Amino acid sequence: MPDNKNKDYLNYIDKTAPKSPILKNVALAFVIGGLICVIGQLIGDFYKKVCGLDSESAKTAVSVTMVFLGAFLTGIDVYPKIAKHAGAGTIVPITGFANSITSPAMEFKREGLVLGMSAKMFVVAGPVLVYGITSSVIIGIIYFLYKVMIGG
Amino acid sequence: MAVRLGNQTMALERNVSVINTATVVGTKESEGPLSPYFDVKMKDAEWGEETWEKTESKMQKEAAKLAMQKAGKQPSDIHCAFAGDLLNQCISSGFSARELGTPFYGLYGACSTMIEGLSLGALAIDGGGMNTAIAVASSHFCTAERQYRNPLEYGGQRPPTAQWTVTGAAAAVLEADKNAPYITHVTSGKVVDFGVIDQNNMGGAMAPAAIDTLCAHFADTGRSPQDYDLILSGDLGKIGREIVINMMNSNGFNMNDNYGDSGCMIYDIEKQDVHAGGSGCGCIAVTVCGYIFEMMKSGKLNDVLILGTGALLSPTSSLQGESVPGIAHAVALSNRPGGER
Repeated sequence: MPDNKNKDYLNYIDKTAPKSPILKNVALAFVIGGLICVIGQLIGDFYKKVCGLDSESAKTAVSVTMVFLGAFLTGIDVYPKIAKHAGAGTIVPITGFANSITSPAMEFKREGLVLGMSAKMFVVAGPVLVYGITSSVIIGIIYFLYKVMIGG
Repeated sequence: MAVRLGNQTMALERNVSVINTATVVGTKESEGPLSPYFDVKMKDAEWGEETWEKTESKMQKEAAKLAMQKAGKQPSDIHCAFAGDLLNQCISSGFSARELGTPFYGLYGACSTMIEGLSLGALAIDGGGMNTAIAVASSHFCTAERQYRNPLEYGGQRPPTAQWTVTGAAAAVLEADKNAPYITHVTSGKVVDFGVIDQNNMGGAMAPAAIDTLCAHFADTGRSPQDYDLILSGDLGKIGREIVINMMNSNGFNMNDNYGDSGCMIYDIEKQDVHAGGSGCGCIAVTVCGYIFEMMKSGKLNDVLILGTGALLSPTSSLQGESVPGIAHAVALSNRPGGER
């Protein structure tokens, strides 16, 4: 492992390497991520007002619909094209979660349905699931203890 | 037998000719500025195969077959193939060599593999144990992406320092005592690592190795950059190229006028959305076997120093937080035997 004698070089390439255009990226992420949420809201309103679902069912139905749209747009190679500009704007909403599962599933199906597609399906989303589920359990326990001790 | 010069260079005694070459490229490369110099342009990323890995080994096989055909050789005339690629266990090369039936050495020098192959082939011929050899290398954007990065359909952003893996395969047939151009000098590179961890800045990681080999070549041969019509590096891209020019300048070598990088030449960097430029084994392979070979044949270039650059990392080493070791091998090509002027 190289030591500190190369610090000058590392500083030099740090300075010369072009930086990501953060302001532009943030603005695009805000607008496109916001648009995805607006679409979700519209679908939710449609389910509630036109289809007559109650609030809870409408929320679930919106999630299912958005996951489908994310996966579908990934399948026809549209989602990565939007994501190239949107960055976090397409990663954070639930459609990004769908993309992160659909894309390895598509890519690794050539290695077989068992050891390829299904084994590799969570290669990107795995950490989200592990830490998402773990933290929800921890929060659940805290909430439970709060209820028991303080009452509510 | 080759003569040893200095610490890292060998001057070949026999005239090792590059008798002919062939290239196969993907769609993005055929839309780039070097398009007129390529032989086979694939219409899509698959080329009729069911997996990209199969496509890549087919590209190698077809490039090798075409190079032999253009050189007027049968596979049985070739004494040995020196071939490599980026995929785990060098499968593109092994699978293509299975079809060709020539004796085969599989090489891994990351993106410097083509130049490693040319070096070893030329040395083997110079040593007298072989009369003919073929050097082959390939890379494919889709196979490299899925091995090193994320699935293709995954929606992510690349930083501006990232480079685009070239979809391309090239082959060069070498033979003793034929027509120009000749491989006259071989400078073997050392692994140099200045501790760059960012695997999205390959140019920055490989530039120190390139500079090390260039300085060794000039010190060993007593030559200067001005002795060459062109010095061509492999895939340092826009960022690595700048670093090489600046740091060679501070080492006392002026490379402002006759230094190019394949990664900057193969694409139109502004229009083709490739960020810092091209990379991959195919990058310098198709540039040398397409563009440089044509230019030397037509006498527009007479002395060229080719510097293959490679980043010797793996997805595992990156995940474990290791830095990116670089390597660079150089071969001098000349239209005059021995490069004498």
